[in-house]
Amino acid sequence: MLSYALRRLISLALSLAVASLAIFLVVEVAPGDPAGFMLGTGAQPDTVAALRAELGLDQPKLERYLSWAGGMLSGDFGTSYTYRTPVAGMVADRLWVSLPLALYALALSTLLAFPAGLYAAARRGRAGDVAVMGATQLGIAVPNFWFAMLLVLLFSINLGWFSAGGFPGWSDPLAAIKALTLPAFALALPQAAILARVLRSSLIDVLGEDFIRTARAKGLTRFQALWRHGVRNALIPVLTIVGLQFSFLLAGAIIIEQVFFLPGLGRLIFQAISQRDLIVVESVVMLLVFAVILVTFLTDLAYAWVDPRLRRRR
Amino acid sequence: MSLLSVRDLTLKIGATEILHGVSLDVAAGEIVAVTGESGSGKSMTALATMGLLPAGARASGHIRLGGTDLLTLSERDLCQFRGQAMGMVFQEPMTALNPVQRIGDQVAETLRLRGTPRAEAEARSADTLARMGLHPERIPPSRYPHELSGGQRQRVGIAMALALRPRLLIADEPTTALDVTTQAKILDLLTRIVREDDLGLLLITHDLAVVHGRADRLAVMNKGRVVETGPTARVFAEMAHPYTRALFAASRHRATLGERRTYGPLLEVRGLRQDYPLPRPHPFAKARSQTALRGIDLDIRKGERVGLVGESGCGKSTLTRAILGLEAPAKGIVTLDGARVRADRRDPALRRKMQVVFQDPYASFNPRHPVARLVAEPLHLLGPVEDRAERVAEALTSVGLDPADAHKSIHAFSGGQRQRIAIARALVTRPELVIFDEAVSALDVRVRAGILDLIAGLSRSAGLAYLFISHDLSVVRGICDRIVVMQEGEIVEDRPAEDLFAAPEHPHTRALLEAAPVLPDSAGRAKEETTCD
Repeated sequence: MLSYALRRLISLALSLAVASLAIFLVVEVAPGDPAGFMLGTGAQPDTVAALRAELGLDQPKLERYLSWAGGMLSGDFGTSYTYRTPVAGMVADRLWVSLPLALYALALSTLLAFPAGLYAAARRGRAGDVAVMGATQLGIAVPNFWFAMLLVLLFSINLGWFSAGGFPGWSDPLAAIKALTLPAFALALPQAAILARVLRSSLIDVLGEDFIRTARAKGLTRFQALWRHGVRNALIPVLTIVGLQFSFLLAGAIIIEQVFFLPGLGRLIFQAISQRDLIVVESVVMLLVFAVILVTFLTDLAYAWVDPRLRRRR
Repeated sequence: MSLLSVRDLTLKIGATEILHGVSLDVAAGEIVAVTGESGSGKSMTALATMGLLPAGARASGHIRLGGTDLLTLSERDLCQFRGQAMGMVFQEPMTALNPVQRIGDQVAETLRLRGTPRAEAEARSADTLARMGLHPERIPPSRYPHELSGGQRQRVGIAMALALRPRLLIADEPTTALDVTTQAKILDLLTRIVREDDLGLLLITHDLAVVHGRADRLAVMNKGRVVETGPTARVFAEMAHPYTRALFAASRHRATLGERRTYGPLLEVRGLRQDYPLPRPHPFAKARSQTALRGIDLDIRKGERVGLVGESGCGKSTLTRAILGLEAPAKGIVTLDGARVRADRRDPALRRKMQVVFQDPYASFNPRHPVARLVAEPLHLLGPVEDRAERVAEALTSVGLDPADAHKSIHAFSGGQRQRIAIARALVTRPELVIFDEAVSALDVRVRAGILDLIAGLSRSAGLAYLFISHDLSVVRGICDRIVVMQEGEIVEDRPAEDLFAAPEHPHTRALLEAAPVLPDSAGRAKEETTCD
């Protein structure tokens, strides 16, 4: 198990190195000079050159890559071109919104999906199954921003239980969680629908396995066999989806952040791109890549925890 | 009074009646074998007794276990009976255990289910495993199923079924997936436990040889009916029902091979070695490997019929893949008709001369294609072929099928017919050498007899050379001139078939021969001859 984790860890470090190089190169070749953009179209060429020198954009590419990557290793993400403040601080502020939101949404989606998937698999082909599957179909089909607006209409405007948007900060944790509740629900719904479907079909596959019949021959009821022998064996594809969903929730919440006026990472990166604040773009993208790779690593560990056969292989 | 009494058991799935009034008895301390071909209803009888029938099946009649009619019980009450009063062991030890649970926990679960405290359940689970031959010092209960061999897994399966000491054990083909030597050990174990615990054992098997000498009584099933039943020795001696006689005759069937005619070398294998890398304990450990083949030399002459026998894991499949050029060996050379077989090179002219037939006639076909396309598949090796349809028809005719059926898809055919189609596919390029890789292992005895006759006939008429791979010595015996025995990646004996059976030299060959269950030679034969006249 330790060796398995170590091997995964080495591949994680390698992926990060490759990703950092790729991000740097892509941002470099992308059109738009930050200095030119900041000074506007009427700027004098020598003013632009002076700003470029100030921002360090006139340095050789390799040197700039090394100083960027090296800085990140020591926690220095550089200084934003636009706001002239350290990127690390900007990102940290946003992460305090996006990370809890993603975790909240993931927890909700798992909590919704597991009972639904289990129930549908246990009642396969019957009315309960058809109802749950119909509901998940709807959950996938409905765009989450539209669902978000419905939530706002119902819970904020009509019932007045939640505020329609904004984020009060973590000084009052209860208020902060309350502010994240509607966005988390809006994000979780389609994810839960997908997860429930994956869990159901994975469980149904497992229920056809010989060892479920063996369990029944031991005297387990249908549901006991499903719960004790089915769920863990059905977990691998579910974990894969959960891992992918977390990565998506962290970075993909731009629209929901927009709907609820949340100062999250999605909005930060959107603004940074439109202002050619390349250093912020690079750093946030790198951070997201790191998160995705880390989640993949944790998913791999979870696979091995679930299935002892994977601890030796790979 | 008998322990299990099945009376007039009738089973319907949808509108189809699967069992028509089956009656059976099992007494305590008695082994009752149920035999018959696939589809005869023997497994359904077992599942009906356990109350584990597939969805949509309805059983009527009576199944009494110690006085309780199981068919009248609710699902909830049946759960109390399963494991407690009756246990069941299944055919596939590879899939019958939960892969993500420790074996000790799986056995303990049977006990925990009935409220045994955890510590006691674990202790009793370890005891039961030890009693089944899995001693904790060698195979601790903390092992996972994938860390065990097939025979060891089957022992775990038996331990699970017997942990609560039920009075009835149902074993559905418990040794069919195992090697002969392992099979003998598992059968010995079951027999011992029946005698020690005064257990009733309902043993379901397609193999009459397994029944012989083990079962006290025998029931022969055909098409959902028990056609003959009685003490095993009497059934073997009398064979009152024609179906029993047909089964028996097919089990002992020897194909007529014809004279051995060989001309010139065909396949030459020299110094073949193959290693597979093993997982490393940590990333910086030295790479380790497992040797699957340790220097194999093998010759097959044109027209020669060679059998290859060995237990699972002996390297048979690795050798087959190397001969076919599907996998490059670590060392050594394979030549076919003077040309070197290479895994990394496409050589249609060479590939044409060598074809293969696999075990599972269904899994080796693309189910979406019609038979004509399936059979014609290897023809691309010949370049553009004008007479495709004729060649396909010829191949189908040669395996005893009607070319008019070529447009049908594969599910329209029975298991035996599918294997004939697989042989037709192998023959369509008119190869010099065909490898039969466990090609009859999944077939019923009567179907198997037909396929063996077909293979023998093809070799007589077309001078076909083949390598017939099987774990079953008795099958290889009648269909090969020469037999090669493999053990742990080495050829330990390579001799003419009759010599090998008459006086096996290597201890492993002797062990294989001794472990193989045999049918009584004298009992049935007199009867068989009289009925044949």
